[in-house]
Amino acid sequence: MAVPNDRTLFEKVWAEHVVVPETAETPAVLYIDLHLVHEVTTPQAFSLLRERGLAVRRPDLTLATMDHSTPTTPVTSFRDLAVVGESAANQIRQMEENCRDFGIDLYGFGSDRRGIVHVIGPELGASQPGKTIVCGDSHTSTHGAFGALAFGIGTTEVGHVLATQCLLQRKPKSLAVNVSGRLPVGVTAKDVILAIIGEIGVDGGTGHVIEYRGDAIRALDMESRMTICNMSIEAGARAGLVGPDNTTIEYLAGRPRVPQGVAWDTAVNRWRSLCSDDDARFDKSVSIDAGALQPMVTFGTNPGMVVGVNDPVPDAPDASFRKALEYMKVTPGKPMSENPVDVVFVGSCTNGRLSDLQQAAGILEGRKVADGVRMLVVPGSQQVKRQAEELGLHRVFVEAGAEWRESGCSMCLGMNGDTVPSGQLSVSTSNRNFEGRQGIGARTVLASPATAAASAVMGRVTDPRTLT
Amino acid sequence: MEALTTLRSRTVVLPIRDIDTDQIIPARFLTTTTREGLGEALFQDLRFDRDGAERAEFPLNDPASRDCEILVAGNNFGCGSSREHAPWALLDYGFKAVISTEFADIFRNNSLKNGLLPIIVDKDTHEWLMANPGVELCVDVEASRLQLPDGRVVEYPIDAFARYCLTQGIDQLGYLLQHSDAIATFEETRSWKP
Ligand code: SF4
Repeated sequence: MAVPNDRTLFEKVWAEHVVVPETAETPAVLYIDLHLVHEVTTPQAFSLLRERGLAVRRPDLTLATMDHSTPTTPVTSFRDLAVVGESAANQIRQMEENCRDFGIDLYGFGSDRRGIVHVIGPELGASQPGKTIVCGDSHTSTHGAFGALAFGIGTTEVGHVLATQCLLQRKPKSLAVNVSGRLPVGVTAKDVILAIIGEIGVDGGTGHVIEYRGDAIRALDMESRMTICNMSIEAGARAGLVGPDNTTIEYLAGRPRVPQGVAWDTAVNRWRSLCSDDDARFDKSVSIDAGALQPMVTFGTNPGMVVGVNDPVPDAPDASFRKALEYMKVTPGKPMSENPVDVVFVGSCTNGRLSDLQQAAGILEGRKVADGVRMLVVPGSQQVKRQAEELGLHRVFVEAGAEWRESGCSMCLGMNGDTVPSGQLSVSTSNRNFEGRQGIGARTVLASPATAAASAVMGRVTDPRTLT
Repeated sequence: MEALTTLRSRTVVLPIRDIDTDQIIPARFLTTTTREGLGEALFQDLRFDRDGAERAEFPLNDPASRDCEILVAGNNFGCGSSREHAPWALLDYGFKAVISTEFADIFRNNSLKNGLLPIIVDKDTHEWLMANPGVELCVDVEASRLQLPDGRVVEYPIDAFARYCLTQGIDQLGYLLQHSDAIATFEETRSWKP
């Protein structure tokens, strides 16, 4: 049988993992190569295994960490967990117990490899091209930056993967997002993905896997590609991926969990052949001109409500839209740069990697956080923290008046006590500006690390290009 | 999981678009390690004000809607985080079905796996339902049909397998475990190993 020559990268990865094909009556049984687990979305799945007397089928393909409800102040013993409350401490304790009982490697407290699950997977070299990767977390799409098919699942499905290493899935559709041209100076990967979501909408990718293509994507380093793939879910997509290339392979070389010796060469050969065919057929496609982009910020309460930092906030005769503007206390017709800022958060699985911290530090160097503004810098992992400290970035942050923390999700979802007080405006490098996401009544403006840092310095939402 | 074959209930309407899972259940309630009791936290910050008092204007707080089992919501329901706590909270509160024009993928999957029925309707039907809160609807899950009070019947799309599991009350782990041999063969014969 002739091999078809019009397949997308996603279809190839999918086809390689089908254990039982899909029919009209039944979904496919899809094999999972890497299962990442964290404390918040797994306790009920482990309970199910216990109830049914089941083992974890492939603990060797499962990696665990603790990130969501963990404090970002130093933890040396469980007594320190008092800061996040009893039920969070209990959840963390259960995670340790579950991993011990089921034989899963846990990067827990005391591990210098602990961090946000979507930061440590790549850091360890566990996220690799051609793999299927899942986690009980919607931002699993991050790992698609490596040319993996990576998507978030619910807790019931976490149980399925633990017990069988497989999932029941219908094949999603494909969406090509072509980004061509050259990004202007001061415009970053975060601005690209915010612009894409603004273009296609928060449900534009529903039912689809996005492939990010084009010379502007090729020119990006791995951390920038991760930022873009990370927010695929904010466009409603199941997953987002980028075909692997030299940038991918160079990033992975020498990492602890990549194949070693001859196996590395074999893997690299296989990875190099992983790409969409020239005549690949996508179900949908959109194009973005990178050269026309500017720093982007959100003005409403979903990530699709986004505007250039200097452009006027739009208006729409729509009740939900008006309600969002009211909640955000922003005025249509005026740019976001007129809004004073109370809190600035640099961190999360979107923008908590070394290059993100460098971006923020580049703006803060020799400057001060404005009076009355609280700035929190939370590295994405303990490794990022160490690397940043080796480069002296922590000193730049502290001298500017920002707080430098241990790694974790922190103010991205405000589960661990790091929250934005009600009514305050927060410029955040995270991924969701939903009502109350960063704390009850918190008003979140999503932006790049550069824009966040510039806003901290000026005390209002600020175009970082005015500060360089 | 309880089998769901038919459903007859009045509707409660939430005229908000893009309701995300953070609004369905805020993150601060996710430190639980069980699935029980989450109904109390459902739509917490929409239902209650800062002092914990009910917001009278929120539709779920209308005494007439307390025992409604069908929620009609604005376009694109359930986007955002993958937390299965969202359908758990809806079910625990007493809902059995949610109607919208579109559902986020993960939310839809999570719902079906727990016996909460996501019903996708066309724009016209949706507009009518939004404009007529409290009407009684009949859902024939086996036939994937919704009957409006004026007798009109609307078919809605649902994956055949999900419907089968829903109407039989079957949980999908059992089905997956039946494929253990195929999974083992796949592991042994695939061309590369992760
Ligand atoms: S940083 Fe935020 S988005 Fe990322 S995994 Fe943590 S909570 Fe989720």
